[in-house]
Amino acid sequence: MKTMRKLFLSLLFVAIAFPAFALNPDEVLKDPVLENRARELSKEIRCVVCQNQSIDDSDAELARDLRIVVRERLVEGDSDDQVIEFLVTRYGDFVLLRPPFQASTYFLWLSPVFILFLGIFAIITFFKRKADSINSLADPLSAEEEKRLKALLGSEESK
Amino acid sequence: MKQRIFYLLPLSVFLILAIYFAVGLTKDPRRLPSALIDRAVPAFDLEPIQGHDRGFKSTDLLGQVSLVNVFGSWCVACLAEHPFLIELKETKAIPIYGLNWRETSPDAAIKWLKRHGDPYTLIGNDADSRVAIDFGVTGAPESFIVDKQGTVRYKHVGPIYPDIWEKTLLPIVEALRKE
Repeated sequence: MKTMRKLFLSLLFVAIAFPAFALNPDEVLKDPVLENRARELSKEIRCVVCQNQSIDDSDAELARDLRIVVRERLVEGDSDDQVIEFLVTRYGDFVLLRPPFQASTYFLWLSPVFILFLGIFAIITFFKRKADSINSLADPLSAEEEKRLKALLGSEESK
Repeated sequence: MKQRIFYLLPLSVFLILAIYFAVGLTKDPRRLPSALIDRAVPAFDLEPIQGHDRGFKSTDLLGQVSLVNVFGSWCVACLAEHPFLIELKETKAIPIYGLNWRETSPDAAIKWLKRHGDPYTLIGNDADSRVAIDFGVTGAPESFIVDKQGTVRYKHVGPIYPDIWEKTLLPIVEALRKE
C-alpha cells in the first residue's frame, strides 16, 4: 500500500511538471497576436552567445535583450521580415537558425538532394544488374550452342 | 577488378569526411564574421556611467582612428586585457572608447575602474544592450577599430593581448592613419 502511494505521488509530480521557459513574464506583450508573432520569430533567431539555442529557449542575458528588441520592433509596426532584416544587418546570417537559400549555401541545401539521387541511382543499378544476371541464366541457348549440345548428347547416345 | 574499386568507396568517403572534420575542429566557433565591417558606426548617444559627467556618442569617434572596447565589471576576460589597455593609454598608442555593457549595478563600473585603472577616453553606459546589439556584439570583451570617417574597419573578439596588438591590430591602425 505504501509503495502504491509512493508510486502515485511520483507519477503525480511527473504529470504536473512543466518545461521551464526562458521567457520572463515581464517580457510578454499584452497583445496576444503580437506576442505570438514574437514567440514564433524568437524561435528562428539564434542566441549568439550560446549559439545552438534560439533566443526563445536561451536564458542568456543578451538573448533576453534581443527578445525585448524583437517585441519593440513588432510593437512599432515592423513586419516579421523587417525584424529579421534588422537582426541580420547587425549579426549577419549567422543569427538565423535556418540558413537562407543563397549562393553560399547552395551546397548545404542541395547536397542532401544530390545524395538522395545518388542513392536512388545506386539502388536502380544494383537491381538492374541483378536482374540482368538472372536473365542471362534464363537465356535460351543460341542455335550454335544447341547444335553442339545435340552433337555431344548424340555422341553419348550412339555409344 | 572494377568491383574491387567499389570496396574502397567507404574508406575513401570516410577519409574525406575525416579530413573535413579535422579542418573544422581547428576553427574557433566563437569567431564570427562581423556584419558591421566597412559600415558606419551605428548612431548612438549614451549616458555617462555613474560618477562621470560625459557619456559617449558616435560622433565622438570622428576625425581619428580609435578603438571601441566593449567591457563590463562582471567580465573576467575584460580584466585579463585591462592592464594592456592601460598600457596603450599610457603610451598614447590609440584613444580607447568604452562601451560599458550590461552592468549589474549603477556603481559597479566606476568601482571597477577605480580599482583597476581607467584606460578610456569616454565611456557610455549601455545597460540594456541597445548599442551592443547595434554593434553586433556577442560577448565581452570585443573591440572595434574605427577609422577617421567613423567607419568600422576591424572587429576583434576576446581580450587584446600584446602579441595580438603588435601582430594584428597595430598594422591595421597604422594603415588607417595613413588614409
